[in-house]
Amino acid sequence: MSTHVPAGFKWWSGGKSPYNVSYGKLMMWLFLLSDTFTFGAFLISYGTVRVSHDYWPDPNYVFNAFPFMGHANLPLAFVSLMTFILIMSSVTMVLAVHEGHKRNKYGVQKWLGWTILGGVLFLSCQAWEWTHMITGSSPVLLDGQVQYIGSTITMNPYGPVVQGLTDHGHAVTQTGPVAFGGFFFGITGFHGFHVFSGVLLLVLALVWTRMGRFEKVGHYEMVEKIGLYWHFVDLVWVFVFLCFYLI
Amino acid sequence: MSNEAVIQHGAGTHEVHGDHHEGHHHHETFITKYVFSQDHKMIAKQFLITGIIWALIGGAMSVLFRIQLGYPEATLPWLEDIFGHWAKDGRITPEFYYALGTMHGTILVFFVLTAGLTGTFANLLIPFQVGARDMASPFMNMLSYWFFVLSSVIMLSSLFVQTGPASGGWTVYPPLSALGDATQGSKIGMDLWLISMAMFVVSSLLGGVNYISTILNLRTKGMTMTRMPLTVWAILFTALLGLLSFPVLLSGFILLLFDRHLGTSFYLSDIVLAGNILPNEGGSAILYQHLFWFLGHPEVYIIILPTMGLVSEVMSVNARKPVFGYMAMIASMFAIALLAFLVWAHHMFVTGMNPFLGSVFVLLTLLIAVPSAIKVFNWLTTLWRGNLHLTPAMMFCIGFVSMFISGGLTGIWLGNSTLDLHLHDTYFVIGHFHIVMGVSAFMGMFAGIYHWFPKMYGRYMNNTLGYIHFWITMVCAYVIFWPMHYEGFAGMPRRYYDYSNWESFKQFVELNKVISFAAILSFLVQILFVFNFFYSIFKGRKVTTKNPWKSNTLEWTTPINPGHGNWPGEIPEVYRWAYDYGKDGVDHIDQITPIGENESKEGH
Repeated sequence: MSTHVPAGFKWWSGGKSPYNVSYGKLMMWLFLLSDTFTFGAFLISYGTVRVSHDYWPDPNYVFNAFPFMGHANLPLAFVSLMTFILIMSSVTMVLAVHEGHKRNKYGVQKWLGWTILGGVLFLSCQAWEWTHMITGSSPVLLDGQVQYIGSTITMNPYGPVVQGLTDHGHAVTQTGPVAFGGFFFGITGFHGFHVFSGVLLLVLALVWTRMGRFEKVGHYEMVEKIGLYWHFVDLVWVFVFLCFYLI
Repeated sequence: MSNEAVIQHGAGTHEVHGDHHEGHHHHETFITKYVFSQDHKMIAKQFLITGIIWALIGGAMSVLFRIQLGYPEATLPWLEDIFGHWAKDGRITPEFYYALGTMHGTILVFFVLTAGLTGTFANLLIPFQVGARDMASPFMNMLSYWFFVLSSVIMLSSLFVQTGPASGGWTVYPPLSALGDATQGSKIGMDLWLISMAMFVVSSLLGGVNYISTILNLRTKGMTMTRMPLTVWAILFTALLGLLSFPVLLSGFILLLFDRHLGTSFYLSDIVLAGNILPNEGGSAILYQHLFWFLGHPEVYIIILPTMGLVSEVMSVNARKPVFGYMAMIASMFAIALLAFLVWAHHMFVTGMNPFLGSVFVLLTLLIAVPSAIKVFNWLTTLWRGNLHLTPAMMFCIGFVSMFISGGLTGIWLGNSTLDLHLHDTYFVIGHFHIVMGVSAFMGMFAGIYHWFPKMYGRYMNNTLGYIHFWITMVCAYVIFWPMHYEGFAGMPRRYYDYSNWESFKQFVELNKVISFAAILSFLVQILFVFNFFYSIFKGRKVTTKNPWKSNTLEWTTPINPGHGNWPGEIPEVYRWAYDYGKDGVDHIDQITPIGENESKEGH
């Protein structure tokens, strides 16, 4: 070795080392690492099944609806709004943790409240999107007849267009790969379940903050740990968004 | 979460009571001490005893199907008396036979050799050997045990449902496992199996997160990572493997549950069942196998790594020598843990996988032979010219190494995809994995139990029974599994109900009787062990000294029956590694002895 490292040399010069965490936070990091593999397994499964199909629905066509906009064709507009809401809730979460570091109880309460609102809004958006997909109806050539069906885990109306066949002015399609619905509802549902759990945790943190529990303990580390989870759920959404809406 | 409280509680009590038995604690009821205990030692005992109960159930199952395999023509009325229509006319029915095989695998792999093994020794040894009052979160630790109990209850209940437990093999491959109409065992028994395993994953996750955090964050002063005993290193790698592979299994099971009940097609495509064309399309049964084996392969290392750690420690103590190649042991465990994630598809060579991809997995699989061989040579060199104390624990260590070599060598055969085409799903595979991860792991676990029994219960196990246990287990294990390799070469497939119907396998009728006889004998001797275990808890010879094996590790600096909190007063500080045996002519120097002025510089 040409460079000599003196004894006691400090490798980390950026303030508090990120590796010097409490066991509680370490546990949360380990859980998130583990959960990464759960989502990773789902997304990789989705990928392998998707590439094994000759045809896959075009997300610009599947996700083009927006509440109260009728049949306007707005590809990915609604999901962009959902994503924006969730990412903003991460910003408010950062602010809650920041106020926690300053031991500002009311600041923590305020920003936790906004974060909860963001989570609830996101879930509501997801509920609308699911409802729209399941109850929506598209003309599909099924058993030799044009039928109007929605998108479920066993039925997919977003197949290839049947050339030269229209019904009331709409292009008629064949049925698409059923795996689409299974993976879409399965994975966004699993993510939604995580968001829902996160909202419950945030509500718990808000109640504890109001009760003064963290003031008594002397730190807001629990808020920080729940924050880690919340950011993780956001990050997972970025991948879900990528895999289902963009690709 | 209540670690601070535990510390004060444990320490405070002992200032008053000194070295008394843990039963003298204040504020402890039967419920908090024996049932919902948050003391790592009690949780370890709970895991161990639950594991022993499961081992008896799983072992008894193997006795039943060995009766069928060894004596297929025999009619035993007592079987019908016990099992009713499952053993009509005194013969195990085919459905029962498959259920027995499936549950034997599930129980032994997950409930005994994962939860029973890691749950016991991680809980017992991590806080003791790193110098902590308890686990990072004693509460989560308790939850980990009770999720295991919940999982156990669900799995046990599946044995008693009308249509019987899961019977599609312990790997529960779809489409068989996904379609309730396919077999009896694919009905409610399969659901209970999946739900039980989901609970098991939760238990394993709660435990694993705790083990890693405790090892990384709660080591006592002076206990650097490279001063830790190899047991703790082994458990660290085991916990990491479980943390990263069990969630993938959970994902696979969730998709399987959806396929079973929601009509999705993750694993199903183009299936005709009882003359009906099923609507499922586009799924892939191979996808399940990938998800399963992404856990399934690391799982065998989850089973064997802790026993490698136990054996390294017990062997060093009983050879009165430092373990040979401490850093090499850590490095090879790291290599095994890493490679464990990159070899899963060697279970799938015959699924129609691309042969080129297969050859990549052959290469990665054979690479595991390198760290495994390093470990074997290190054990042999630890024994070499040692002052061997052949306690039952030490005998089992040596038995472990013997088994690991025998089973490991046949692994090199199976790892080659070209050979695997012939040997896949034959008795060669059964012989291989039972020796290398079944018997080996049990040997390591027994070594751990005999060695740490005095720390758990303040008494010794009976040595004579221990030696009988060892020799009969050792001989029977080889008599059972060695001939299976020959049967496998001859093409005898696994999981068949009655081989005497095949002209090719008639030559093995007598051999199968021998195997069955040895299997039954070895089961009986395990009952002897269980007797010894429970008898010694109450009547065993009492331990009279803190450090009966003259060992260096921290657990032997605690009182004979430590209370919750482990050390009365301060936690000791550590000055050296755990393997200063025979250094400078001194028999052993424990970790809490400061380095002397004239001490030589070997070790750490």
